[in-house]
Amino acid sequence: MFRYIVRRLLQMILTFFGATFVVFALMFANQDDPVQALAGEKPVSASLREALTERYHLDEGLLSQYWYYMSNLLTGDLGESISGREIGTLLEDSWPVTVRLSLMALVIAAALALGAGVWSAIRRGSVFDNGILAFTLLLLALPIVVLAPVAQWIFGMELGWFPATASRNASFYALLLPALVLATTVVATQLRVTRTSVAENLRADYVRTARAKGLAPRRVIWVHVLRNSLIPLVTLIGVDLGVLMSGALVTEGVFNIPGVGSKLAQGIRTEDGPMVVGFVSVLVIVFLVMNLVVDLLYAALDPRIRYE
Amino acid sequence: MLGKRPWRMAAIAAAISLLVAGCGSGDSEDPTAAGNTVVIGISEPQHLLPTNATDSSSAQVLNSLFYPLVTFDAEKNPVEVAAEKISVAKGNRVWTIKLKPGFTFHNGEPVTAQNYIDAWNYGAYKPNAQGGGYFFDRIAGYADLNPLDPDGDGPEKAAEPTTNKMSGLKKIDDLTFQVTLSAPFASFKSVIAYSVFFPLPKAAFSSDGVIAKGFEENLIGNGPFKMKGSWVHDDKIVVEKYADFKGVVPKVDGVTWKIYGDQMAAYADLVDNNLDVQTTIPTDALANAPADLGERFQKSENSVFEFIGFPTFLPQYKNPNVRKAISMAINREEIASQIFLGSRTAAKSFVSPVVSGYRENSCGEPCEYNPTKARELYQQNGGPKEIKITYNVDGGHKSWVDATCNQIRASLQVNCIGEQEPKFAVMQDKLQKHQDIGLIRLGWIMDYPLMENYLNPLYGTNGGSNYYGWSSAAFDTLVKEGSKAATPEASIKKWQEAEDILAEEMPVIPLRYGQNVYGYSERVTNVEVDLFSRVNLYELETLA
Repeated sequence: MFRYIVRRLLQMILTFFGATFVVFALMFANQDDPVQALAGEKPVSASLREALTERYHLDEGLLSQYWYYMSNLLTGDLGESISGREIGTLLEDSWPVTVRLSLMALVIAAALALGAGVWSAIRRGSVFDNGILAFTLLLLALPIVVLAPVAQWIFGMELGWFPATASRNASFYALLLPALVLATTVVATQLRVTRTSVAENLRADYVRTARAKGLAPRRVIWVHVLRNSLIPLVTLIGVDLGVLMSGALVTEGVFNIPGVGSKLAQGIRTEDGPMVVGFVSVLVIVFLVMNLVVDLLYAALDPRIRYE
Repeated sequence: MLGKRPWRMAAIAAAISLLVAGCGSGDSEDPTAAGNTVVIGISEPQHLLPTNATDSSSAQVLNSLFYPLVTFDAEKNPVEVAAEKISVAKGNRVWTIKLKPGFTFHNGEPVTAQNYIDAWNYGAYKPNAQGGGYFFDRIAGYADLNPLDPDGDGPEKAAEPTTNKMSGLKKIDDLTFQVTLSAPFASFKSVIAYSVFFPLPKAAFSSDGVIAKGFEENLIGNGPFKMKGSWVHDDKIVVEKYADFKGVVPKVDGVTWKIYGDQMAAYADLVDNNLDVQTTIPTDALANAPADLGERFQKSENSVFEFIGFPTFLPQYKNPNVRKAISMAINREEIASQIFLGSRTAAKSFVSPVVSGYRENSCGEPCEYNPTKARELYQQNGGPKEIKITYNVDGGHKSWVDATCNQIRASLQVNCIGEQEPKFAVMQDKLQKHQDIGLIRLGWIMDYPLMENYLNPLYGTNGGSNYYGWSSAAFDTLVKEGSKAATPEASIKKWQEAEDILAEEMPVIPLRYGQNVYGYSERVTNVEVDLFSRVNLYELETLA
């Protein structure tokens, strides 16, 4: 087990460098004129252009820019965004609220998926099962660019149940509506997967045995069946956490949450290479760690799986 | 071992998640203003150091923290505010600025002439890369602080500036300083109203010419409000009344500048009464705004000027009559009311109505919609078979460019297409390389309310925004003569003559003037949004 974890961590380092280089190269390829992007449509004076170009090495090639970035990174300096803010501070400022938002969304989605998924697996073909099917199809069909503003308009502005926008230090309550909206992006798949997996296991031999030996039906389903049905769901949830963090782009914009998503969008808009790479690097780490955690959880759920 | 207690693990994981999600929620401070304070929506300012701040959000915040040397009266004439008297000698070259006594910065430092000189020198010094640095280029000695790279992109590096002090700035006494310009300019007084010309206290500098770390987050100004806490990036900037302020005291006790990444989010808060003023209602909300806000939905004039430029390196648009014909093919009023829902007005002059010297319809017949005459003129002069209008897709221009093209197609009976470029910078780049990108959509926001601020940058041979390369020696001379003229009135006369050349030559097609389309909550009254799209904080009141 220990050796397995060490091997995975070593692989992560390689993946990390590879990923940052790819992102850096992509940002570099997308870069037309960061100095102008910063100024919008205002003309940039020659003097200012020269000073900024020199400060951020904008006239140099991809490899030398990547070298400047990496040599700073290895000394723990994430560099400066092109608007002059320290990327380290930007990360510190924007991560907590995104983590809160995506964890809330994840807990909401997982709870819904588990409850409704198990229930509709038990009552296959019932009104509830079909209703849930229609509902998940609806959610899958509605893109978040529609859902987020509509939810804000109905529940925030018209009905007034929730605040229309949140902020960095938003309360649990203020984040609830954005978290619900964000949860809809993943809940449908999670729910379908839970239902299928549970339905499959309900027909397994060990379930029949458990029933035959007189175990309470509740125990059969929530302990015996569910535990064996969780592996695909856990895989999904692990990947979803990363998806939620990076996918909060739209939700964060609509609800005015200054998190990772909105900063990433801003970085891409202003062609700010170091800023995008900084944020994406952390996202890469989140994905890698979540994948490791998911793999370790398999062993916890199914004793037959062992890691050497 | 792990396998024994999966449920406990899951429970712990869920508990941690909820804990993390919940923590930090203790700070549920309601941003809604309490008492006699207001909440005004802005975007995240790019910078707050006055010499580096050129976007409208930072200008709004700075205007609450600082007191300008001059401001503009109803006729857009500059009047002294923090300055007691601004006088000029030697044929408009040497300006003497005398400050009002008794003013202090928020840290108690008296405001002196040196504070202005230090701030302006910092702004003009090239290695500081200040966004507003170009404002100082009229002052003698600016060139010494900004040596340019002799061969552009070539291998040679620009020389280091030899000094960081402009020779044109001279302190006379504690409250008086002298500004010598490199060339006479009768309207310099209008220029220094801009936020770039605000003073900085001694506390702003850690040593000569170096801004102290963290100053930008904790600005110290000379204005009616002072910072309450630091600038919380992407969240808010809170300012409160400064008790020792000697100028005109605003009626509200404080302002929370709430920062929005998306103006639609701000609009949602405005409708919910969580936000008191939004200076620019987003286009997507314009259709609903009159119903949502009623009387609290308002318009006022601003300096935005939108137009289409003719790249003069393209042979097919060399003939001014072709340019006039295309202009006459466009029905400006229809687009302003149908596409922009009345948030713009039709433009028929080459400068905005907000500057003195503006004449209604100075463009004359070529800006009047007349499809029959347009087609005749176009055919007589052999206009091109196809017209292309290039625009950047990230600016929401598609609908009006398409509408304009439809009108051109109907009037001139030639094909017209809207060509998309991903970004403004790409468009600029293609123009510089003289590629055939057809007509280009452009806009302009003034820096100071003078005709010159439209004429020179947009149509001057060396104008910073003259991307289409139109050049006329007669025009340049008239603009220059206007700047040198003895009085502002004489300047305007020359500038109007220059504008007449534009009407004959039509280097661009004036299309629309912008307007501030703003809204406010039920909590506030007397909301005015000025020509710089800033809320007038001195008039704003709460309904308590």
